[in-house]
Amino acid sequence: MELLAFGDTGWGDELFYATLMTIAVSITAMFIGFLFALIFTPLKLSKNKFLNFIANSYTTIIRGVPELLVIYLFFFGGTGAVMFVASIFGYNEYIEINAFITGAFAIGIISGAYSTEVFRGAIQSIDKGQFEAANVLGLNKFGKFFKIILPQTLRLAIPNLSNVWQITLKDTSLISVTGLVEIMRQSYIAAGSTRDPLFFYSFAAVLYLLLTFVSMKLINRLEVKYSRGF
Amino acid sequence: MDLELMINSFPKLLSAAVITLKLLSVSLIIGLLIGLFFAILRLNKNIFINRFAYGYSYIFRGTPLLVQIFIIYFGLGQIEYLRSTVLWVILKEPYWCAIIAFALNTGAYTSEILRSAFQTIKPGIIEAGKSLGISNKVIFYKIQIPIAIRQSLPAYGNEIILMMKGTSLASTVTIMDLTGVAKYIISTTFKPIEVFIVAGGIYLFMTFVIHNVIKFLEKKYSFN
Repeated sequence: MELLAFGDTGWGDELFYATLMTIAVSITAMFIGFLFALIFTPLKLSKNKFLNFIANSYTTIIRGVPELLVIYLFFFGGTGAVMFVASIFGYNEYIEINAFITGAFAIGIISGAYSTEVFRGAIQSIDKGQFEAANVLGLNKFGKFFKIILPQTLRLAIPNLSNVWQITLKDTSLISVTGLVEIMRQSYIAAGSTRDPLFFYSFAAVLYLLLTFVSMKLINRLEVKYSRGF
Repeated sequence: MDLELMINSFPKLLSAAVITLKLLSVSLIIGLLIGLFFAILRLNKNIFINRFAYGYSYIFRGTPLLVQIFIIYFGLGQIEYLRSTVLWVILKEPYWCAIIAFALNTGAYTSEILRSAFQTIKPGIIEAGKSLGISNKVIFYKIQIPIAIRQSLPAYGNEIILMMKGTSLASTVTIMDLTGVAKYIISTTFKPIEVFIVAGGIYLFMTFVIHNVIKFLEKKYSFN
């Protein structure tokens, strides 16, 4: 137990901050994923074949290639890409991008592919009559989307989005390979310096279980909230 | 674009893909047996057996695969007692540690898939078997299991693809699978995009094949 003490003698505070880091990366990645879904869901539903093709390539590639490989692409390729853009503007020094941003972005792109599929499914399962009714009521495009379609989409999407959240949360453990000090990386450091990997990795497992458990409880509440009237 | 690098790295990555497929197939076979075992436990009416099986799947589905591999590879080696048993022959090999972790992980998901498949079998089918005087054992093996396998094909197909992606984590415990070799080439040449295209392409091809095989099986064994 003294291994988990707070302060200089134990790893309690370090693991606590690492847990906060995992939560922060997961939420950021989930948010970036939503932004991607916001762009790609309309493309998927569009009647234009070319736009369809772009959106389908995105979701197929991301869902068919291991997360770790995507992270390596961003980890090794991210710096190069940013430096290339910077060199266009005449900046030729070495730029190191933050591990947090690289990681959140890589996981966000993965999470976005899953979210896109979820939103596509949810929108497609909304009754056609709802769109027609909104037209008949004379709502404009924004009113139609935000007042009629979005609330219903959310209700249908939340159970599946909670799966996406779980996947995203667990995927953040992979960012540890880039050196970002989240739960996995901190456990690795602690295990290395105390020579007690069994304890620290098991404790990491407990932390992840705790995170999934608590977030499931919170999401269940959301589900209840958005299912009012059904 | 460095086309030469892409062409040169292709055979290396392809032979690494064989290791990925080996990891995948061995863990799927063991995982299927584990999954079937725990699915049957989940159907048991005894609350302790039931809870035990649920706890297993909850823990393995609620934690990242990376943690599971690290516990088995780095953690178990720490137990002095294990080092003196026959098990150590297996546990000192990263290859087998990865397979144990993958099998336990996919076993947890498979048990959930099979459990829900068993539960969707209409009671009338089992009753029909009983009224024909077929013994419970035969009903289970000849009626329930075949129907459950058919029911779970689509979900299990997804699980195979997820597991294939999961095998990439073997590279974190020094195994040179497809991702491991890709990472090695990237870190020596600093050409991440080219390597990603080739390695990702191989992964996508494997996903494509698995997807279509499952689709074919679904059609072949459809009830209509």
